[in-house]
Amino acid sequence: MNPNQRVRSPLLQSARARWTVRIIGIAAVLSTAFTVWLGLWVTPPDQVQGDLVRLVYIHPGVAWVALYLAFGLAAAASLLYLWPRTRSLFWDRLAAAAVEVGVVFNVCTLISGSIWGKPAWGVWWAWDARLTSTAVLLVLFLGYMALRRVPAEPEVRARRSAFLALFAAVDIPIVHFSVLWWKTLHQGATVLNPDLSPTIHGSMAWTLLLSFVALTLVFVWMLVVRYRIGVLEDWLGSGELDAALRERQAEGVAPDPAGDGSEAAAGAPVPEGVR
Amino acid sequence: MWRDTLLVAGKDLRIEARSRVALSQVAPFGIVALVLFAFALGPDRALMATGAPGLFWVAVLFCTVQAVQRSVSVESADGARDGLRLSGLDPAGLFLGKTVAVAAQLVVLEALLAVGVVLLYGARIDVPWLIVVSCALGTVGLAATGTLYGALSAGLRVRETLLPFLLLPIVAPVLLAGTRIWQAAMAGGTPADGTQWLRLLVIFDAVYVALGVVVYGPIQETA
Repeated sequence: MNPNQRVRSPLLQSARARWTVRIIGIAAVLSTAFTVWLGLWVTPPDQVQGDLVRLVYIHPGVAWVALYLAFGLAAAASLLYLWPRTRSLFWDRLAAAAVEVGVVFNVCTLISGSIWGKPAWGVWWAWDARLTSTAVLLVLFLGYMALRRVPAEPEVRARRSAFLALFAAVDIPIVHFSVLWWKTLHQGATVLNPDLSPTIHGSMAWTLLLSFVALTLVFVWMLVVRYRIGVLEDWLGSGELDAALRERQAEGVAPDPAGDGSEAAAGAPVPEGVR
Repeated sequence: MWRDTLLVAGKDLRIEARSRVALSQVAPFGIVALVLFAFALGPDRALMATGAPGLFWVAVLFCTVQAVQRSVSVESADGARDGLRLSGLDPAGLFLGKTVAVAAQLVVLEALLAVGVVLLYGARIDVPWLIVVSCALGTVGLAATGTLYGALSAGLRVRETLLPFLLLPIVAPVLLAGTRIWQAAMAGGTPADGTQWLRLLVIFDAVYVALGVVVYGPIQETA
């Protein structure tokens, strides 16, 4: 690729796309701020859990993004990449961005869950089916990122990553059921019921819904930004190689540093070996 | 496809018969793992017998990683992988052949480890057929996933470190199911509990064998 050539990506070039991303970002910030205000000041504390219930405005939303949105998107994009008719690096970069943002949300899910679990259940971590599935999912995500870090041509890397995502995606339901049975077969009555009262207060329900919207917007914004960075990284990677090649070639025709360089550059033939 | 399967499996097993890497390195490694588990648990025999099913399967998983590494590395020298691709063998047959070879080695390793668990940990097995079936099904799943991931990481310089990290979480269901079935088959267990887990193993095997048959060809283009 010619380093002077601009990055070819509609998401980076078109002014409308840039404005859309900006608007999504602003909407994400505003809706998050609104959720925080509603969640911390407007909604009442829970009868059973008191102020602890306010975690419900973070934890389920974060988990929804991490476990369904990010992972589902990564799996779908990987499949679309593998499908010959829709093969495009767009899907590969989208999957990679979804996984990376998904890891952040997954870690946030585990952390917010732990913070909730300690006072509610008395432990930071319990080998509950959901917790275990989430942790396995995180490890699979991290494996995907590790594989992507292995240097390779973008196409080769894309294929590899897409296959890995496919293998992991078919494993997720099996892992889910196995830990579900593992848990239920082994332990009887569980204390791990978060005990959300089914009759949820009106303002609480709205705030909960808003938190889902806000966190989804945050996810979309981060996804797009990460996608752009991915495009730039690939562009920079190939540009660096070109630059290094040019530099190396220039060594052969470089003027003599001692002095009359103009002659050397203009007249001297370049030796065959250093071209 | 079946002829190619036999050819490739025969080739890998002949290499093993001549080099004896699995027998002289992987099997002792499994035994070492069993001994180390015993050290970690302390000399309490009752505790060891309780933990025996899980420890057996963890040792099997470790051995699987080793066997898969070996299965990949026999193809990595002298452009053997390219040779196989150029040979015109059916990719599905190639996958099944590699899987059968790994599975055959794993079966021998599992037999050794099972004897080790019974002798070292004093585990008492009440329902032998359940043990045999779980090992057979678990082996197929481990060998199939291992071969798939081996192919995926074949060309990578970081294969040795990356493969265990990628493979072990994926085969977690085999560990869970295998352990539960063993617990059901041991003295004091309820054999009926095992059948549900056998079904899970069958599903796991079916999914990954089918996936391998379909995608093994395209995967090789990534190496």
